[in-house]
Amino acid sequence: MKVLVPVKRVIDYNVKARVKADGSGVDLANVKMSMNPFDEISVEQAVRMKEAGTATEIVIVSIGPAAAQETIRTALAMGGDRGILVKTDQTVEPIGVAKILKAITEQENADIVILGKQAIDDDSNQTGQMLAALLGRSQATFASEVKIEGGKAEVTREVDGGLQTIRVNLPTVITVDLRLNEPRYASLPNIMKARKKPIDEKTPADYGVDITPRLKVLKTTEPPTRKAGVKVESVQDLVAKLRNEAGVI
Amino acid sequence: MTALVIADHDNKNLSDVTAKVVSAASQLGGDVHILVAGKDCASVAEASAKLEGVVKVLLADDAIYSARLAENVAELVVGLMGGYSSVLSSATTMSKNFMPRVAALLDVAQISEIVKVEAPDTFVRPIYAGNAMQTVQSSDAIKVITVRTTTFQAVGQGGAAAIEKIAAAKNPGLSEYVGDRLSSSARPQLTSAKIIISGGRGMQSGDNFKMIEAVADKLKAAVGASRAAVDAGYAPNDMQVGQTGKVVAPELYIAVGISGAIQHLAGMKDSKVIVAINKDEEAPIFQVSDYGLVADLFKAVPELEAELGKLGL
Repeated sequence: MKVLVPVKRVIDYNVKARVKADGSGVDLANVKMSMNPFDEISVEQAVRMKEAGTATEIVIVSIGPAAAQETIRTALAMGGDRGILVKTDQTVEPIGVAKILKAITEQENADIVILGKQAIDDDSNQTGQMLAALLGRSQATFASEVKIEGGKAEVTREVDGGLQTIRVNLPTVITVDLRLNEPRYASLPNIMKARKKPIDEKTPADYGVDITPRLKVLKTTEPPTRKAGVKVESVQDLVAKLRNEAGVI
Repeated sequence: MTALVIADHDNKNLSDVTAKVVSAASQLGGDVHILVAGKDCASVAEASAKLEGVVKVLLADDAIYSARLAENVAELVVGLMGGYSSVLSSATTMSKNFMPRVAALLDVAQISEIVKVEAPDTFVRPIYAGNAMQTVQSSDAIKVITVRTTTFQAVGQGGAAAIEKIAAAKNPGLSEYVGDRLSSSARPQLTSAKIIISGGRGMQSGDNFKMIEAVADKLKAAVGASRAAVDAGYAPNDMQVGQTGKVVAPELYIAVGISGAIQHLAGMKDSKVIVAINKDEEAPIFQVSDYGLVADLFKAVPELEAELGKLGL
């Protein structure tokens, strides 16, 4: 079974995003970039499926600038077999990403596409569901447990009230949540080996996809800030203030 | 110019979030209709019809919608979109599952988790875990929108909309529902509670959450947790408040033993009043809290319970 894993290069999880003074966006110059944390979990899931004999080949895809190649290398060092970089310096919206991934999924004949449930930059949480729709496939989002058996996938999903289990037909699209697994660190020998793994370079036009944005970003601003309040001396003081001053209890 | 709102429900009760989505939909300037898709869910349609500003309720009552599988609901919604210029739903896990599917089938972008309607085609939404706010203008003919309901006021109950039964769409037959393991609790839901008390890594064990639960019971509050507490196994994931968990905005949020990582603040900083109890006076949570108590939580929380008891709570 062939598995496709799309990965996104985003601002590092530990870096606080800063809005540019002119409101034109978030300042990414000289900021540490890493693989989207949810995507590390999808790479790990694919590698475990290969180790278990369920997956035969893992293809890593990234859509983004030339530097996204580093993100692909990281995924190859974790256990991906080969990569495809769809190079563009434009911002590609989820609908555009989903269209490119549809073309690649069909070309590669991938049985399962595993994606992070959302990217921590635009927080859209759309691409996996859109890809499933465009392919006419089933979808299993926010996965915290995945079992493949008898031509179906049984997936436990993180939902608002707890957990939900569904069974979906293969081929399918799975998006992963945080508790699915603990991604591995790539070992040095595997990082060396990953340098020799092939990465194809493509453009959105190679797949006949128009990536013109549908949403025009008018401005980007700082969120409203909260001011620090007062320190109270005791629990009695706290309860009195909550009752008499704030009136919330 | 009519907007279609998808009702959030469990086949019996309409969720409180839908009244807030209707409020966002009303700001688009046209009529508002509600779609209730479910099984044996007439009571949900009746509750939807009472929401102020709703002109019509569409009821698709069929077994294929009992668990609101994304493939099935998307098929139904897309089939209805001929008559609508926008479709809105809450940013709950249920809607996040099917709404992008609707958008893709309509070949339009989705505008995720809006917090403000600036104009019928212009919206504000948080990015980077709420560290930036983006104003976007949509050029698509149909707007597909999920709404972060914490920032919209619920509409009232004065409506009397007509309920129209509609036929189910065809069943794509791609997926089936197996079962749920939902947390059962007599306490209010995190997303609708007026008071929330949350514990963090400082709680040191799952057992210690009992102290928090005792306070919660006095205040009729919901119990939450930080991601650190969830990752450490002290609390289940559905209790997680934060960027990767639930976004909440209660009247009162009490953070106990929570340092205040960006990821947690993203989920609770819109709360009206924030209280922090932490023994580390440098903890970032104090920078956003209205009332801060620097204290050992193992002493302060039982004391808090006792003080509330004295008030007769």
